[in-house]
Amino acid sequence: MSDYNFAYLDEQTKRMIRRAILKGLAIPGYQVPFASREMPMPYGWGTGGVQVSAATLTPEDTLKVIDQGADDTTNAVSIRKFFEKTAGVATTEETAQASVIQTRHRIPEEALREDQILVYQVPIPEPLRFLEPSEVETRKMHSLEEYGLMHVKLYEDIAKHGAIATSYAYPVKVEGRYVMDPSPIPKFDNPKMEMAAIQLFGAGREQRIYALPPYCQVVSLDFEDFPFEASKAEHPCDMCGAEDSYLDEVIMDDAGSRMFVCSDTDYCASRRAAGHVGAQAAALEETAA
Amino acid sequence: MYVAVKGGERAIDNAHAWLAEERRGDLNVAELSVAQIREQLALAVNRVMAEGSLYDPDLAALAIKQARGDMIEAIFLIRAYRTTLPRFGVSLPVKTEDMACDRRVSATFKDAPGGQILGPTFDYTHRLLDFALAAEGETPVVERGEARTEPTPHITEFLNKEGLIQTEVASEETPGDLTREPLELPANRPLRLQALTRGDEGFVLSMAYSTQRGYARNHAFVGELRIGKVAVEMEIPELGFAIEIGEIELTECETVNQFQGSKTEPPQFTRGYGLVFGQSERKSISMALVDRALRWKELGEDNLGAPAQDEEFVLYHSDNIQATGFLEHIKLPHYVDFQSELELIRKLRREAAENLAAGETSVQEAAE
Repeated sequence: MSDYNFAYLDEQTKRMIRRAILKGLAIPGYQVPFASREMPMPYGWGTGGVQVSAATLTPEDTLKVIDQGADDTTNAVSIRKFFEKTAGVATTEETAQASVIQTRHRIPEEALREDQILVYQVPIPEPLRFLEPSEVETRKMHSLEEYGLMHVKLYEDIAKHGAIATSYAYPVKVEGRYVMDPSPIPKFDNPKMEMAAIQLFGAGREQRIYALPPYCQVVSLDFEDFPFEASKAEHPCDMCGAEDSYLDEVIMDDAGSRMFVCSDTDYCASRRAAGHVGAQAAALEETAA
Repeated sequence: MYVAVKGGERAIDNAHAWLAEERRGDLNVAELSVAQIREQLALAVNRVMAEGSLYDPDLAALAIKQARGDMIEAIFLIRAYRTTLPRFGVSLPVKTEDMACDRRVSATFKDAPGGQILGPTFDYTHRLLDFALAAEGETPVVERGEARTEPTPHITEFLNKEGLIQTEVASEETPGDLTREPLELPANRPLRLQALTRGDEGFVLSMAYSTQRGYARNHAFVGELRIGKVAVEMEIPELGFAIEIGEIELTECETVNQFQGSKTEPPQFTRGYGLVFGQSERKSISMALVDRALRWKELGEDNLGAPAQDEEFVLYHSDNIQATGFLEHIKLPHYVDFQSELELIRKLRREAAENLAAGETSVQEAAE
């Protein structure tokens, strides 16, 4: 596509975004304001992630895009196509093959390496937003490291429900300093955030970028007597038999019977290719044939 | 039977093809041309230019056609296109006092130099459906008058001569640019006005209306409303002086607001200001009212806690492209998050049921 610059954005804009990314990496967990551009997809569809990816990609990169862990969800397809068209980069569905992975709502099951970058799409970057609607106030709270409100909220959850009633976008503290929103990943994924790859977070509408350098300390907030617990459905995957992956629940018929399958489609497919078989895989293949 | 959610790509292609077919509608009906939209739906074109922040009637008309008349979608198309345009420079401030006015009214003075010009307004039409328009072949013949040549000075300047209205201090400072820098609060007035002029017409209207109904009432009179063409001038570095590069149509509204005085300011009239691309009266009046409400701090007024006084509330929620994107994104898949909520609610219900059962036993025990 000759009408647009490599990866859509002009070089000035990419440079501005890269500056924000570098600042974010230098101050892990700090939300860096950046002059987010209007992208050809709507706000809420991953414009922040797309801008970060556009500023990160080089022509040699291999890109993977997932939404809800899957490569074939409509928006993942749409974003992958966008970069195929505007950057001409190679794309892949295999986690291990990708050098840049843009994700919405999941971290791949397979451990990422030092030569990979994980780009998150972030709707509301401010972990304190639903406790304090004003941006002026929340920025002040971060600068003063005033996180009492968050602890009170978690405490109230326990007092009311006997447990912390946050199951996704579970807040973390980075390197003992900034409380950060991990984007709406299930809390099952939180422990994976201490990883070898660079993690970049882009919030387009809210005009914020933040980042985690490799091996950065990321602690999910909790209390000594109510420790954080990464939970998932207590089932193995019905397709590949994996016991360690995050599962989607699929309703099978009118009677409400259901099955559980890996949300990470690449993980599930590669396990099945390696010969792992889940409880319902055989029956499914039969009906498919 | 579990059907893997494959085929997103084909679904998208098919959806786009269907959309194109729906856009065209019945093939027996003549296709709408971009020129027809530009000429005959000019107010829609104006709105798309104003909120799209790009003055180009042809592109705006194309966007309306492509968006099937969905105004916010059309504005979005223009915004997305605008981002990709290179920036050659900045024009000089336009001189609205030199505007060639098509319309110019004042609600504060019966007459003033330059006169009252009604212009092409709906104001005194009776809103009766004109069935003759449905019967096609409308070619209105209108009498033409002589164009006025004398200048049309701003009405607020007359009040200013008496010192009755607060003076705006001229500044040489280059105003910020919302489209190039992230919005940081507190925002200064140029930045607020920028956000308002590209803000959603409905949102700005409702905010303005809320001030009239008592949420930070600021007693606005339309000092002047003018619509017309102004020249755009730009300084060309190679030339060393400004040349005219084109003209644009603008609507400007200056409100005169009653003001009792405060701890810091004497009693005087104060101002609200609206300036919008094209003929956009409703928007520019609304903008002026909201602008005035947002100025409470500099005028030493009380914060009444009204929404229109809250700059963070107004500026963060005025942009319809941001709003509609975030609102509509909730139709994208969220099954991972929902799954984790399912697990949580099941766990909480299980525990609640256990507690309830345990409670009943203990009550029974106590009764026994």
